[in-house]
Amino acid sequence: MLRGAAAALHAALAGADDDAGDLRRALRRSRRREQLRAAALVLPLFLFLAACFVVPIGAMLSRGVIDTDITRILPAVTAALKNWDGRDLPAESAYAALIADIRTAREAGTLASAATRLNYDVPGFRTLLFSAGRQLPAELNGSARDALIGIDPKWGERETWAAIRRAGGPATDFYLLGALDLRRDADGSVVGGPSEQRVFRDVLGRTLWISAMVTLMCVILGYPVAYVISAQPPGRAGVLLFLVLLPFWTSLLVRTVAWVVLLQKEGVLNSLFLSLGIVNEPLKMIFNRFAVYVAMVHVLLPFMVLPLYSVMRSIPPSYVRAASSLGARPFTAFWRVYMPQTLPGIGAGCLMVFIQALGYYITPALVGGADDQMISYFIAFYASRTVNWGMAAALSIMLLTATLALYAVYNRLIGVERMRLG
Amino acid sequence: MRTGTETVGERVTGIGLAMLTGAVLAFLVAPILIIVPLSFSSGSFFYYPLPGFSLRWYQDFFSSSFWLPSLKNSLIVGTSATILATGLGTLAALGIWRARFPAQALVLALLISPMVVPVIIVAVGVYFAFAPLGLTDGYLGLILAHTTLGVPFVVITVLATLSSFDRTLIRAAESLGASQITTFRRVTLPLILPGVASGAVFAFAASFDEVVVALLMAGPGQRTLPRQMFAGINDNISLTIAAAATMLIAISLLLMIVVGWLQRRSARLRQSG
Repeated sequence: MLRGAAAALHAALAGADDDAGDLRRALRRSRRREQLRAAALVLPLFLFLAACFVVPIGAMLSRGVIDTDITRILPAVTAALKNWDGRDLPAESAYAALIADIRTAREAGTLASAATRLNYDVPGFRTLLFSAGRQLPAELNGSARDALIGIDPKWGERETWAAIRRAGGPATDFYLLGALDLRRDADGSVVGGPSEQRVFRDVLGRTLWISAMVTLMCVILGYPVAYVISAQPPGRAGVLLFLVLLPFWTSLLVRTVAWVVLLQKEGVLNSLFLSLGIVNEPLKMIFNRFAVYVAMVHVLLPFMVLPLYSVMRSIPPSYVRAASSLGARPFTAFWRVYMPQTLPGIGAGCLMVFIQALGYYITPALVGGADDQMISYFIAFYASRTVNWGMAAALSIMLLTATLALYAVYNRLIGVERMRLG
Repeated sequence: MRTGTETVGERVTGIGLAMLTGAVLAFLVAPILIIVPLSFSSGSFFYYPLPGFSLRWYQDFFSSSFWLPSLKNSLIVGTSATILATGLGTLAALGIWRARFPAQALVLALLISPMVVPVIIVAVGVYFAFAPLGLTDGYLGLILAHTTLGVPFVVITVLATLSSFDRTLIRAAESLGASQITTFRRVTLPLILPGVASGAVFAFAASFDEVVVALLMAGPGQRTLPRQMFAGINDNISLTIAAAATMLIAISLLLMIVVGWLQRRSARLRQSG
């Protein structure tokens, strides 16, 4: 790289006049070339991540705010409802458009996707749409409105038509509102969803609560451990750190399996308790919140101990000694002198643990009960079981936003590049 | 730190702290240590004391029609993803270290982001995009997804190694007439190799341990070992799973030792360099 610059310099110097401008240009050109080379080295990975990471995730997330199924499958009625004031029933032309759309969609075999989408909003819409498709006479005599209302009186309700209009896209807040248990009513204002469908606020609250509790337990358990290890001579500290790092390196799944083996009804702990006569019948220690806390703290504790340890190791003991010699009681010396110096470690550890806990899926899925599942479980559920991409995307948007915001805080306070890798 | 002038209160606190530390360390290590002997049990229940010693669960592992293939799948996916991630990640780290270019901080953030984004979002996103392309039916989709997850580890470790690399060495080589490629092959690469290798180990460990993407993406023919264990816990849990877990623990230990050795070696190279 230097040779390029030297050659450029040489060329410039050998030029007709020793013009300083030429020299500067030559240097700039060489710098630019160097930058291009550096960028060219990064380019393959950049393109790879764009294709296999950014675009897939972006496309998936976009399903949470973009809604084009209904405009595609039922184009005429979406167009007809554009000018509907929403106060009275739509005009006869909208009814006729819907009938035409249903017929086309039935022939194309796309009616089912439209029915699925509308059913998310108004339960029962699938039946409504399918029975209309089945029962419509081949030739319409008289008004389209009377024909549809004759099949099902729901076609005479504003809410039915408002649902079609709401799904008309292209942008939608249906899923994002749904992820907060909110929906839009026939007039377009945001209201709470029907109470039997209100699950997501619980899920979001539970995710935050479990993450916070796990973080708290990790600080309480991790702080003294990091302190004791940091006070040991190097050799023994190394051995103790190895004990912290061993679980850190062990497969997450192995650790979760270990807890299943320990906690289950016919597991190691219950058989031990029974044979010691501590209990008369097996304790229920798995598929509940207790198991989730135990297993998650076990997995995440090293992420608390390691940053705390590296901060504590750099704190000279002379400060606390000085405080003591000036008459501070041990607790005061700890609380006023030692603890404040460890705050960066506490911050780093807590953020790291909390951020990771937010996205936990495997551990609660294996050791938790139905009421202990966190937001990731529901993302997987909507993506793979019910294939409701809109809902999976909306929940992903919430989780991703929270995670990235907390990482931004982490980056401001500590710097992502100083993240430890064991 | 121990001086002769400890008060009773200090001693009690010290003993209390030591006991608490012991308990927490036992909490961290015990579950992993308890599962190992179980895998050698001759009985078929998760009980202590063991009724006897046998290798029947290992026999079961190696003769079953799904455990051994899952180990093979894990090795295929892990190795391919590691090679891809190490190649791409090392080049990118070299580029970032070589010269500042516009939006470099943003690019670096992108390269690290697979480590930051919750893995369920990566899994669902990749599944969403790859399924219509038919990539979910073979190894390729899983390999590509695991490569993205491994890349940040390579970039971070190689950048860390490069941060202590002496740039004058490159200038010296080039002033002595070495071409760029020769300089890279004979000077840069040998010095950063420990960093590259530990990045590769991290990338392999990330793939070998990964279950969420495998859960969504892998068909029956590409079930990896963690994916098979996940199914094993959910169906009926047998001690074969303890044997599988024990082997995974052994592999983790091995990888941990390799990284430790590489880090010491890299530190030594830095001192002598």
